[in-house]
Amino acid sequence: MQLLVILPILFPLVGLLINAFFGKHMSEGLIGGLASSMVGLSFLVSAWLLFTSGGGPGIVDLSIPWIKVGTLDVPFGFLIDQLSLTMMLIVTGVGGLIHIYSIGYMHGDPRFQRFFVYMNLFIASMLVLVMADSFLLMFVGWELVGLCSYLLIGFWFSNIHNAEAGRKAFVVNRIGDVGFILGILLIFVTFGTLTFPDVFAKVQAMNAVNAPVVVAITLLLFVGATGKSAQIPLFVWLPDAMAGPTPVSALIHAATMVTAGIYMMTRAHVLYVAAPDTQTVVALVGALTAFLAGSVALTQFDIKKVLAYSTISQLGFMVAAAGMGAYVSSVFHLATHAFFKALLFLAAGSVIHGMEHLSKGEEESERSGAPGPHKAPAPAHSGEHTVDPQDMRNMGGLRTRMPLTFVVYCIGGLALAGMPPFAGFWSKDEIVSAALARNPLVFGLLAISAIFTAFYIGRQLVMVFFGKPRSEEAAHAVESGSAMTVPLVFLAVFATIAGILNLPGLDSLSHWLVPVVGQAAEALPFNIGVATLFTVLALVMLYGAWALYRSAYVKAGDADPLTRLGGLYTFLLRAWFVDWFFQNVIVKLFYAGSTFLARVLDIGGIDGTVNGVGIMVRDVSASLRKVQTGLVRSYGLMMLLGVVLVVAYFVLSASMR
Amino acid sequence: MLSVIIFLPLVGAVLVALLPRSATAAMRIAALVFSLATFALSVALLIGFNNAQSGYQYVESVDWIKTYGIGYKLGMDGISIWLVMLTTVIFPIAILSSTEAIRDRQKEYYALVLLMETATLGVFLALDMFLFYVFWEFALVPMYFIIGMWGGEKRIYATMKFFVYTMAGSLLMLLAILYVGFSGGTFDLTALVAKNSAWAASVPLFLAFAIAFVIKVPLFPFHSWLPDAHTEAPTPGSVILAAVLLKMGAYGLIRFNLALFPEASRLFAPLMMILAVIGILYGAIVAFAQTDAKRLVAYSSVSHMGYIVLGIFSMNALGLQGALLQMVNHGISTGGLFLIVGYLYERRHTREMARFGGIWGKMPLYGTLALLFVLSSVGLPALNGFVGEFVILQGAFQANWVWAAFASLGMILSAVYLLTFYQKIFLGESRDTANDGLRDVNTREVVTVVPLLVLALVIGLYSLPFFSAMGASVTNLLTVAGLAVK
Amino acid sequence: MNTVAPFVLLSAILFTIGVIGVLLRRNAIMIFMSIELMLNSANLAFVAFSNQWGKLDGQLIVFFVMAVAATEVAVGLALIVTIFHTKKSTDVDDLSQMKG
Repeated sequence: MQLLVILPILFPLVGLLINAFFGKHMSEGLIGGLASSMVGLSFLVSAWLLFTSGGGPGIVDLSIPWIKVGTLDVPFGFLIDQLSLTMMLIVTGVGGLIHIYSIGYMHGDPRFQRFFVYMNLFIASMLVLVMADSFLLMFVGWELVGLCSYLLIGFWFSNIHNAEAGRKAFVVNRIGDVGFILGILLIFVTFGTLTFPDVFAKVQAMNAVNAPVVVAITLLLFVGATGKSAQIPLFVWLPDAMAGPTPVSALIHAATMVTAGIYMMTRAHVLYVAAPDTQTVVALVGALTAFLAGSVALTQFDIKKVLAYSTISQLGFMVAAAGMGAYVSSVFHLATHAFFKALLFLAAGSVIHGMEHLSKGEEESERSGAPGPHKAPAPAHSGEHTVDPQDMRNMGGLRTRMPLTFVVYCIGGLALAGMPPFAGFWSKDEIVSAALARNPLVFGLLAISAIFTAFYIGRQLVMVFFGKPRSEEAAHAVESGSAMTVPLVFLAVFATIAGILNLPGLDSLSHWLVPVVGQAAEALPFNIGVATLFTVLALVMLYGAWALYRSAYVKAGDADPLTRLGGLYTFLLRAWFVDWFFQNVIVKLFYAGSTFLARVLDIGGIDGTVNGVGIMVRDVSASLRKVQTGLVRSYGLMMLLGVVLVVAYFVLSASMR
Repeated sequence: MLSVIIFLPLVGAVLVALLPRSATAAMRIAALVFSLATFALSVALLIGFNNAQSGYQYVESVDWIKTYGIGYKLGMDGISIWLVMLTTVIFPIAILSSTEAIRDRQKEYYALVLLMETATLGVFLALDMFLFYVFWEFALVPMYFIIGMWGGEKRIYATMKFFVYTMAGSLLMLLAILYVGFSGGTFDLTALVAKNSAWAASVPLFLAFAIAFVIKVPLFPFHSWLPDAHTEAPTPGSVILAAVLLKMGAYGLIRFNLALFPEASRLFAPLMMILAVIGILYGAIVAFAQTDAKRLVAYSSVSHMGYIVLGIFSMNALGLQGALLQMVNHGISTGGLFLIVGYLYERRHTREMARFGGIWGKMPLYGTLALLFVLSSVGLPALNGFVGEFVILQGAFQANWVWAAFASLGMILSAVYLLTFYQKIFLGESRDTANDGLRDVNTREVVTVVPLLVLALVIGLYSLPFFSAMGASVTNLLTVAGLAVK
Repeated sequence: MNTVAPFVLLSAILFTIGVIGVLLRRNAIMIFMSIELMLNSANLAFVAFSNQWGKLDGQLIVFFVMAVAATEVAVGLALIVTIFHTKKSTDVDDLSQMKG
């Protein structure tokens, strides 16, 4: 039983070891097949756990100590319950599909083997994150998924922009991680343990004695969540992270890793519920993030950037829900979002793949040339081979060229926009209803964000699939192969029906999660008014996007209709200048400070002082050495004077007596 | 047993010196064999080591200068065991990595390296203050020659600075040792600690010891000899310097300052912690601005050693054990980074990071190995650095959460400068045609780094044996010194 | 006036002459001879006092001094000859390589 529980982690590990050490002599199909089947096996074991043990076996302590110093004892222990099983299924399920998709997408890449090693490492790390039974072990997974993210964003590292984006992701995440680790330090000092059940058991008592400490812990942990789940102000890494291969964007930067913050807060809900002040902060930050990213997504041109900001926005929804205590809604949205956003990303990957068909010979260089942060809009008459295959202005009319991709994209888009009966409708509705009941400000922000959502996804669909092709590439795009389309179909099915996880009335997920998060966190009853209102609003916005963009673009260089917004348009296009602020103020200050310390203070000040002491000694001795004249007779004179002085001393002291 | 382990490398040094000058291969092999034999002996010590015993084990004691209570006394406990192991692991690796780096006067070189091993082992195993001092100064000499004879362009400047700087500190320590020895009636460290006497002059004595040790560590602002020495030293010299020599300072802080002067330690702990935190942040920030890869790694040492001092002066079990483990970790990851940088230098004869770029594409295996060391140094969980840093931070947090919070910012900074380092050399496109056709690491080079990586992984995933061997001794030290045991 | 006084006086005069010779002469040989003069003035004082107190210690010391002086002459003259060979001069002011 115990071994079975860690099998989901072991399978991908085995896969990555085999691929890492023997992959050189294996064919692409074998490498990809092995990696995918290992994730598939993990999925099967997770499913088996789900069906055999119902709520999961709970704590499984492997009794292998990891860190054991004095009272600090962190073993390799895993907590398998309803929540972690849900996450395990999402991670391995979506992950498995994306692995299969990647076999097609990464075909012919010279570093194919390495890609699947990283992907398997990611699945294993993510499973450690969701299965850990202590904050510290969770942190291990937390950092390791960050590493995979770093490696995969910079996968095509020969383009320095990709490497740069990877480093940025790692560093920004590290900022959040420091908050997380400080939270862990404080938890241990406060509770004397790091294991979830032990900590949670003591929260009530501690809250009665020392409430501020619980607030501090939760806030620190939340800092970690803002990094990993791309919340204000640390969301800046996620748009850049799109530099990675598209399956990576789908798996790591949409479906799984970025939801780690939400998972963590749900897991630690006992702490959060005990700290209402933190909850308010969390809800507001989530709602603000949803609003900010949603507004930015309105203006982006890069097909993946739109989805990236959309992801940030949807994560904001989940965080806001967690902040309002609606943990079930949060996890529900996490699950549906994992399906439809992975679908959207993979479909976008299929579009990009199709766009690159014409310039197949230069595929690698084109793809690795993914735009850096805030790339300037492409010139009006872009040359034949400088066409950016990710710029929506170069697309258009793809619905006839890539029919299957078009259909699944629409399904994903409608799910994102919150149209019934697609999955996103149900989960978003729960969050918005909860906000209406609990926090009007959060409700307002989320409502506007939901409207934005419908508009930007409508805009994207129109720009990509309708109208006439605006570039040679778009005119010659072809549908992707079956390795890529089959996972798309699967995900499309899930994106359609995933709502049944927690349909009003059935509330299966709610009941399922009750043992973990408690009755209070269950979703509110279905609010038909809210649901209707938002459906109508979404329809209106989709139509608005259609009306506005149907004929807006004739050729790639046309101005976007939203440019009429003037300064506000630029403000949105540049993502509220948050990233600009980081790059131009904080990073520049750091550069300047670092150069000052290194060149001036260290070399001039500290080393200068040390060398100064040396120089001083040398100078003093230089003046003293003049005493040595080298003349024998002057030495003789000195001797004589010395003798006279000594004699004089004795004579005088004798006569004094 | 301990004497054998200490003087076996010396025997090797004599043997190497007796070999004919032309038999360079024989010298290399002899040096490697003797260092490996020393390692084998140290493994035997490890196996026979009793974790539960808090006192010294394998003690050897012979009278030396009886009139003054000076003895030849050796012993090993949980505080020194991992440092001894680190030393015996690092030296064979350093010797194996010398093949390319050291081409001339190999006889002198290998003899000096083996002498160096004798001296450092002596430092970690001596239980008599006078004997400790002899080994301590003795360790300075081979390194002086290694940097001065096989170093880079500014080697004379660097080696003079290194020698004079550390010597200046040592003289203060000698005075303190003489004072303590004569007024205490013995130079036997265990006897002195057991007396637990409150020294009237404990503050100046503490300072005299502390200055000698923090220069060696080096603690901000006494670090300025380190970048020069590291940059000019040949690769194996840098490895030994970083992995072993710096640890002598940290070891001294525990063995002398904490054990002999607990009261003064408590008095100075806030100052030391502040300096450590400044060192962590300062070293990291300055490392970021470096253009020379080796200087960058040298400054990263300043930052990492700051964690160790922070742990030591948290003066609780977590901080101290974390610091002891981190000494080993630092030896592994920084030693590894110096090897990595050195191998590139041997191929390209430059360390300017701007001259590289895209090396991972050209040398895939090398790039992967380098990445692992970078991650170990960044403190990524599942590798060694994280365990040490976390335990230190937890200890420091118990002692003073403000400094722990500031120190944790070093985690961000280490990611910043190390990933920048990695990116400049290994990622992007090559910025120099001289990088074309670089050959990947050969078997010998892989063999030098793989043991370190294995250790990094083992410590990262299973630190229990490391902590349990040091637990009893650390607790004992804290109890005898009357410091808080948590 | 006792019997020893004239000898001591003579000894002092000789010694002073020697000192003045060492300080003022530049020729190494002359300096050498002045040093000999000082040594012998000391010998004279020793003998005088030895006679005065009726003890042999002084006489004994004189033999020592003479032996030392002899070896000194041997070494010193050899040095001077060598220096003369290389420098073509015995002027001590020319020999200032030890200047700091």
